[in-house]
Amino acid sequence: MSKIFDSAAAALDGVKDNMTIIVGGFGLCGIPENLITALRDSGVKGLTCVSNNAGVDDFGLGLLLQTRQIKKMLASYVGENATFEKQYLSGELELEFCPQGTLAERMRAGGAGIPGFYTPTGVGTLVAEGKEVKVFDGREYILERGIVGDFALVKAWKADTFGNLVFRKTARNFTPMAATAGKITVVEVEEIVPVGELDPDQIHTPGVFVQRIFKAPSLEKRIEQRTVRTA
Amino acid sequence: MGLTRDQIAQRISQEVKSGFCVNLGIGIPTLVANFIPDSMNVMLQSENGLLGMGPFPLEKDVDPDLINAGKQTVTALKGASFFSSADSFAMIRGGHIDLTVLGAMEVDMNGDIANWMVPGKMVKGMGGAMDLVAGARRVIVAMQHTSKDGASKLLKKCTLPLTGKGCIDRVVTDFGVLDVVKGKGFRLLEWAPDMTAEQVIAATEAPVEVAPDARPMRF
Repeated sequence: MSKIFDSAAAALDGVKDNMTIIVGGFGLCGIPENLITALRDSGVKGLTCVSNNAGVDDFGLGLLLQTRQIKKMLASYVGENATFEKQYLSGELELEFCPQGTLAERMRAGGAGIPGFYTPTGVGTLVAEGKEVKVFDGREYILERGIVGDFALVKAWKADTFGNLVFRKTARNFTPMAATAGKITVVEVEEIVPVGELDPDQIHTPGVFVQRIFKAPSLEKRIEQRTVRTA
Repeated sequence: MGLTRDQIAQRISQEVKSGFCVNLGIGIPTLVANFIPDSMNVMLQSENGLLGMGPFPLEKDVDPDLINAGKQTVTALKGASFFSSADSFAMIRGGHIDLTVLGAMEVDMNGDIANWMVPGKMVKGMGGAMDLVAGARRVIVAMQHTSKDGASKLLKKCTLPLTGKGCIDRVVTDFGVLDVVKGKGFRLLEWAPDMTAEQVIAATEAPVEVAPDARPMRF
């Protein structure tokens, strides 16, 4: 069965209300722009979104906040989004903060069949509340759970038709872990190539983790902080 | 009175040794990079997935796929590598990053740090700060010594929600350089050239002992 889909909307078939959706990207870098737009247009509600950030007001996951399709957000940093602030303070939106490295590891663990792991991150802080503490070699660690999503939505630079993925520069970020942690992983890519064209030694995510692929019709790749030097 | 933000950064740059892999936080810590000599073989890590971060790009080289943890466009130096967030935090949590420099709202004499949340105000999130303070081999805090109303930010005990417990090694402020002496207080090593040790002690809530070889700061 081919993994290639015609559009983002077609590739999201089966997404329902109240699902957990893992979304790749860091800030606006490497986010699945077309999938987020298609998710908005599908009208599904009550979503739990797991992503390092929540986009900005009018781009990225911010689009789904504007339409109130997200019930709960699990993230490490949401400081760039005023809509988020408003909905969180009014109690419309649930929020769970997770340290960035813990979030990456929770996705990695979920995708790797590991239900939990111990980490020193967050010991003695609000993050540790209600979590098991265990001492290894004289140091305290807290138990964190692996995460699995009903869907994982990610973006890659290139894919072959089997779903082997190659990322570009820092657009890789959370995507390799997110891709492993979706029961159904959907990837939008800049270019689809035939199998055999990608060097097996240079593949970042093996195709077994990817169920659906489509070519992004366009990508804005918006820059949050354009900073340049003059000479 | 005291150091400028650039001078704090310049003083912290003296803590960086050749061969170090260093993660610099947002704010004053970012300025530290400006004072690390090119001759020194230092790799800057950005926790979104880049080791070997270079300066901001020329306009023609701006690439939306190449940013730092502050979401700014950057460049990659020769010898740089790109990697996933899991690998990035394996570097950090696994003790492979020699030094991290972070800003803070409060630190205390137990080595605790608070820098991510003020209850009742908008909560932005901790990002990678909790992982960095828990995992980097050495943690240096860059901050103003006192708040705008003159209250000490070097406390007996932090009042804000913590980012990490017992993880701070050294604090460099506009007033001086102080090491944490866990459970006892701070040890004053250097003070700003236009200040005295007594002034730094008076501006610090926690107990301060003056190191035997303490001296005015040199640049």
